[in-house]
Amino acid sequence: MNTAAPKCVNTHTRMSYMEAIVQAQIEEMQRDERVILMGEDLEIYGDGKVLKAFGSHRVWSTPISENSFTGMGVGAAMTGLRPIVALSIASFMYLASDQIINQAGKLRYMTGGQMKVPAVFRCSMYYGGSVAAQHSDRPYPMFMNAPGLKVIAPTTPADMKGLLKSAIRDDDPVLVFEDSAFWAGKDSVCDDPEYLVPIGKADVKHAGTDVTVVAISGAMKAAMSAANELKLQGISVEVVDPRTLVPLDKDCIIESVAKTGRLVLVDNANRTCNAAAEIAATVAEEAFDYLRKPIRRLSTPDVHIPFSPTLEKPLFASKDSIVAAVKSLL
Amino acid sequence: MVGIAVTLDKQQQLEAYRRMLRIRQFEEAGIKLFKAGKIPGAYHASIGQEAAIVGACMALRSDDYITGTHRSHGHPIGKGAQLDGLMAELMGKVTGICKGRGGSMHLADSSVGILGESAIVGGGIPIAAGAAMSAKVRGSGQVSLTFFGDGASNQGTFHETLNMASIWKLPVIFFCENNQYAVSTSVQESHGQPDIAKRAAGYGMPGEIVDGQDIVAVYKTTCAAVERARRGEGPTLVEAKTYRFDEHSVGLNVGSEPYRSSSEVQMYIQHRDPVVLYRRVLLEDSFSETEIVAVEKEVTDTVAKAITFAEQSPFPQLVEVYQDMYVNPINYPATPREFRP
Repeated sequence: MNTAAPKCVNTHTRMSYMEAIVQAQIEEMQRDERVILMGEDLEIYGDGKVLKAFGSHRVWSTPISENSFTGMGVGAAMTGLRPIVALSIASFMYLASDQIINQAGKLRYMTGGQMKVPAVFRCSMYYGGSVAAQHSDRPYPMFMNAPGLKVIAPTTPADMKGLLKSAIRDDDPVLVFEDSAFWAGKDSVCDDPEYLVPIGKADVKHAGTDVTVVAISGAMKAAMSAANELKLQGISVEVVDPRTLVPLDKDCIIESVAKTGRLVLVDNANRTCNAAAEIAATVAEEAFDYLRKPIRRLSTPDVHIPFSPTLEKPLFASKDSIVAAVKSLL
Repeated sequence: MVGIAVTLDKQQQLEAYRRMLRIRQFEEAGIKLFKAGKIPGAYHASIGQEAAIVGACMALRSDDYITGTHRSHGHPIGKGAQLDGLMAELMGKVTGICKGRGGSMHLADSSVGILGESAIVGGGIPIAAGAAMSAKVRGSGQVSLTFFGDGASNQGTFHETLNMASIWKLPVIFFCENNQYAVSTSVQESHGQPDIAKRAAGYGMPGEIVDGQDIVAVYKTTCAAVERARRGEGPTLVEAKTYRFDEHSVGLNVGSEPYRSSSEVQMYIQHRDPVVLYRRVLLEDSFSETEIVAVEKEVTDTVAKAITFAEQSPFPQLVEVYQDMYVNPINYPATPREFRP
């Protein structure tokens, strides 16, 4: 379904999203000895295979010092390495955010182009599993507001492998927001180590003509279920997966809206200034004439994620809420 | 610290004096230009701290890395940078070392190994350790030195990075320019005990205190730390006790209650001026007044030339504002249209 990705002429392997992350890192570390991996308890958080495959000069198990080991990744990136900094849970990005925003994102500009920071900062958004507010954030909108960074949020094993590899090869700092909603699901992934998914290209994951649904990261899961159910009811939904949030593929989204004239945005980040808000503003500014109905936005309300499952689950957009939103525009 | 016999040869002594004097005269000229409105923003002068900066830099190879602070003018000059691009940067000109994007707090010159001058206090400490880690992975034999102040030693990055550098025996020198005041807060008010170097013991590395007004002492102490790092034995924390002669930034209003006495400031200016002290050492050594005056005249000319270069340089154009945001600017800039180049 990767319409914007190059065609794979190689064999395929069925693998999970998590396995795709590991495989992408191993392939890039084999390809380029400048690539290193740093982070906390790597073995426990899925990177044990990488740890085993490479020596201690390539994989650095760090103490719990997020801001400083992230800063070390920045320094290593500026001096000839290509570090992957694994920050595990997405809320830990806040601890590292000074080095990511004030250093990694700004150093090239502030030095008039003398430096480059080819580093990848990975984290996983782990929500929906009763781990309460300090482990459940979806903080990509905050980093979308920090220029100098690129932000990717892949939603399938194939996209994860292809985009993570592109991120490692990119000369700019790239933030990778993984979504635990996809960890277990398996999919067919191209074996070719040169199979890359380009940064900055959205993907139409479900073609349709009546309503455009743009879903961010974990929200893609419910959006695809909704599109499949609506298809049975004779409603044709086009589901667009931006995959990259910075730089956003506006052309792909606007092209779809031009066709359907109706837009539903689904985003599991908190409502205020989230990715859906940015896309809504962009479409209103640049594609208003195509809209036949007002834009609908389904976001998590501006509330902390509570521990109790009965409180947590209803906060996120579901198949049913997306189906209802789509129907409200027809 | 024993076993290392390090001395500057005659040429290096003159070079050390030249760099100290370049910092002093660059700053004196810069302050005048700042007061005349030709340099915008804030001006944090390195006057008084020249021996600490140059003594540390003279112990490094040209390909060794450094990171610095908001008080950023001395570090590139100490590491051997040319002055033209630095002065032009202070004036916000397109010929500035950072094309007018960094300014006074960020005079980073990568050609002499500078990886950034961080105006986020303590921000450069992990970056320098990362460069040391990179040197270790690449087997390049380079070391990395991070300049930071007494204030930064209370940041988390200081403690976290010292710990990691010690675990991995990284070739990094943590060089504290302890000028005794973080803006207006004294070390006495902000540190549990006054010797920052003693904190090294907690992280399993040597901590050395050195007179930051004595360039020879700073040089020797830093050389020992650099040698240790190059031997693969790990990091050292060096604390140079120094003093800034001006306010935190030029013209800063410090209020009615002075945080330091004028007699203390005058004592340092009159008796502990590192440039005057080193000039005396050189004369007592083997240098003639004529040789020293020749260096002084050369420095005066170099600074004057830098000012002329900067004043005659154009300002950057608005159409260039998006340049150097990304190496690989996919779909960038996206908005707004009116600023597109």
